[in-house]
Amino acid sequence: MSQTVTEAPATTEPRGGKAALSEGKKAERRLGLLLCAPAAIVMLAVTGYPIAYSIWLSLQRYDLRFPAERQFVGLDNYVAVLSNSYWWTAFGTTMFLTVVSVAIELVLGMALALIMHRTLVGRGLVRTVTLVPYGIVTVVAAFSWFYAWTPETGYLANALAGDGAPLTEQWPSLWIIILAEVWKTTPFMALLLMAGLALVPDDLLKAASMDGANAWQRFTKVMVPVMKPAILVALLFRTLDAFRIFDNIFVLTKGANDTSSVSMQTYNNLIKGLNLGIGSTMSVLIFITVALIAFVFIKVFGTAAPGSDQGGKR
Amino acid sequence: MAEIVLDKVTKRYPDGALAVSDMDIEIADGEFVILVGPSGCGKSTALNMIAGLEDISSGELRIDGQRANEKAPKDRDIAMVFQSYALYPHMSVRENMAFPLRLAKVDDATVKQKVEEAAEILDLTQHLDRRPSNLSGGQRQRVAMGRAIVRSPKAFLMDEPLSNLDAKLRGQMRTSVSKLQKQLGTTTVYVTHDQTEAMTLGDRVVVLRGGIVQQIGSPQFLYDHPANLFVAGFIGSPSMNFVPATLEEGVLKSPLGTITLTDRVRRLAEAADAPREVVAGIRPEHFEDAALVEETHRASGATFTAPVDVLESMGAEKYAYFTVEEELATTAELQELAADAGATDVPGGGSTIVTRLSASSEAREGQQLQVWFDADRIQLFDPSSGRNLTYSG
Ligand SMILES: Nc1ncnc2c1ncn2[C@@H]1O[C@H](COP(=O)(O)OP(=O)(O)O)[C@@H](O)[C@H]1O
Ligand SMILES: [Mg+2]
Repeated sequence: MSQTVTEAPATTEPRGGKAALSEGKKAERRLGLLLCAPAAIVMLAVTGYPIAYSIWLSLQRYDLRFPAERQFVGLDNYVAVLSNSYWWTAFGTTMFLTVVSVAIELVLGMALALIMHRTLVGRGLVRTVTLVPYGIVTVVAAFSWFYAWTPETGYLANALAGDGAPLTEQWPSLWIIILAEVWKTTPFMALLLMAGLALVPDDLLKAASMDGANAWQRFTKVMVPVMKPAILVALLFRTLDAFRIFDNIFVLTKGANDTSSVSMQTYNNLIKGLNLGIGSTMSVLIFITVALIAFVFIKVFGTAAPGSDQGGKR
Repeated sequence: MAEIVLDKVTKRYPDGALAVSDMDIEIADGEFVILVGPSGCGKSTALNMIAGLEDISSGELRIDGQRANEKAPKDRDIAMVFQSYALYPHMSVRENMAFPLRLAKVDDATVKQKVEEAAEILDLTQHLDRRPSNLSGGQRQRVAMGRAIVRSPKAFLMDEPLSNLDAKLRGQMRTSVSKLQKQLGTTTVYVTHDQTEAMTLGDRVVVLRGGIVQQIGSPQFLYDHPANLFVAGFIGSPSMNFVPATLEEGVLKSPLGTITLTDRVRRLAEAADAPREVVAGIRPEHFEDAALVEETHRASGATFTAPVDVLESMGAEKYAYFTVEEELATTAELQELAADAGATDVPGGGSTIVTRLSASSEAREGQQLQVWFDADRIQLFDPSSGRNLTYSG
């Protein structure tokens, strides 16, 4: 019995094997496709179509103020955007905000995750308190930061800024934006990292203690490497999110003093400027950058795509 | 090399659970000591306190005569092998074994040499560059051992290191653990719930129940002279048979018949002030098919006749199971033992007597058999306290 089973594919693979398999396999595949179809169609409708449409728009000169001049211009819009210094300033600002805020979030998030993981008393309270910022609508939080930093009326401005108006200068503004971002999204980072911490078996840390590791060595040599997949996923999520930063900047500075992000630029061109061609080009460029970031994370760092089996091979 | 002393060591967990109470153990340099007991009796807790992974609530732990209660695990120079092996999944076998040495800032050449020596001893040389996840259970277990031995610690602590292996491998590894310990001569505390491991491995065995030390002694001593019902029932496989009995003037009335005690047993029982109601314990190996017992020998024992319920022929010996009319003795200790062995759901009230007969016995299932047992090997226990009334330590 077992012999025929093991031999069959080896000898008859090209013809018989395939034919024997095909009936059941085909039906199964058809069922699989059918089951996926509704989700796939919805996905296509809500993401595929807008993306395709943006790409299509980005290849045209199309300004709603001059609708008559609409015409297909190939990659001209891309040349225009990529040779524009505003775009590159915004790109640099976005990159800076992304890298700095994600780095700070990682450190703080890890600290919070460790605290939440270790606390034995009042665990629920600690977690709730930690999550409060994440539960507040970004725009609302941004406005409270905005008022806090407004000279005369804001408590932070009064306490820290003296006579100046920090939100009218580039660097203070950038740091305030980072502060608002970090305050807002660190809890999310902490949650993702805490899920990762739960994956580190206690025995492993005990073994490391026995092997002579102090607390820091246990953290760096055992905990971090073992939870690396979770860290990478958290970083990926947050980087993609941070790169599209919009609401905090919109409320805090409106992009003044070179604090504009690429999403702000896109908004300014697309919605305010009504220039569908240039705006779409920018959104396509953002899309490409985000895709590149995801690619680098998954291919270079070996981040396990969320949902795929845990741990990856590294 | 180290001498480890536990002096009235007690562990109370923050939730109030008393896991270990007043544990007194003196472990000599180079000794192999086994902590054995049913699960939940506090073995791991005791071991973790020696390791420094759990705080000691009260009492003192001394390593080489120095108080070690407050020392961090890394400063105790003790290595530990975990049941789960706790290998670092992101490191190769070589890196796993080198980890303690690297932390101790040993130079590269020495690390390489020591790891390779350990790998040689444990037959891991060809696996050094593999990841733990690609190894078999037995190989992982050896890597865990390797990580413990590379740095020549003062002592080894092992928490059920063989429990995750299949029976055959466990037997093999048991032998190699024993050999390794003798070869290295390192003080070892080994935790297990398996009495076979306890009997075969250790120089001395500590039997624990509910966080309290029941008895400490060599395996043979515990087998011959259990201090109480619990130890008697725990040590030995298959375990001792217990029947309720009444003791009157040196005569024991039991479901196995009326037995005249030997002088030795009677004197011990008298000295211990035995009550009228007792529990009599007889090990399966102290029974024999009466037909195979020489006449001259017979007088020193008693016989009973009963139908054989089940007969297991093991080749070198036979196990015959009998049912006795009356309920078998039940005490708290025995119930705990039964629960631990997973025998709570044995049908028929659990009144089964297990006997070991010579292979040449002609016993048949379902047929009456006259069984002889050695009256001098009967042990009597106090049903209320569990104390061995025939203890001669
Ligand atoms: N962290 C803990 N907190 C509270 N009670 C515990 C803890 N760890 C173990 N215990 C309790 O202590 C007792 C002994 O546990 P343990 O030492 O793990 O037993 P063993 O290793 O002999 O199976 C058990 O009753 C267990 O429930
Ligand atoms: Mg245990």
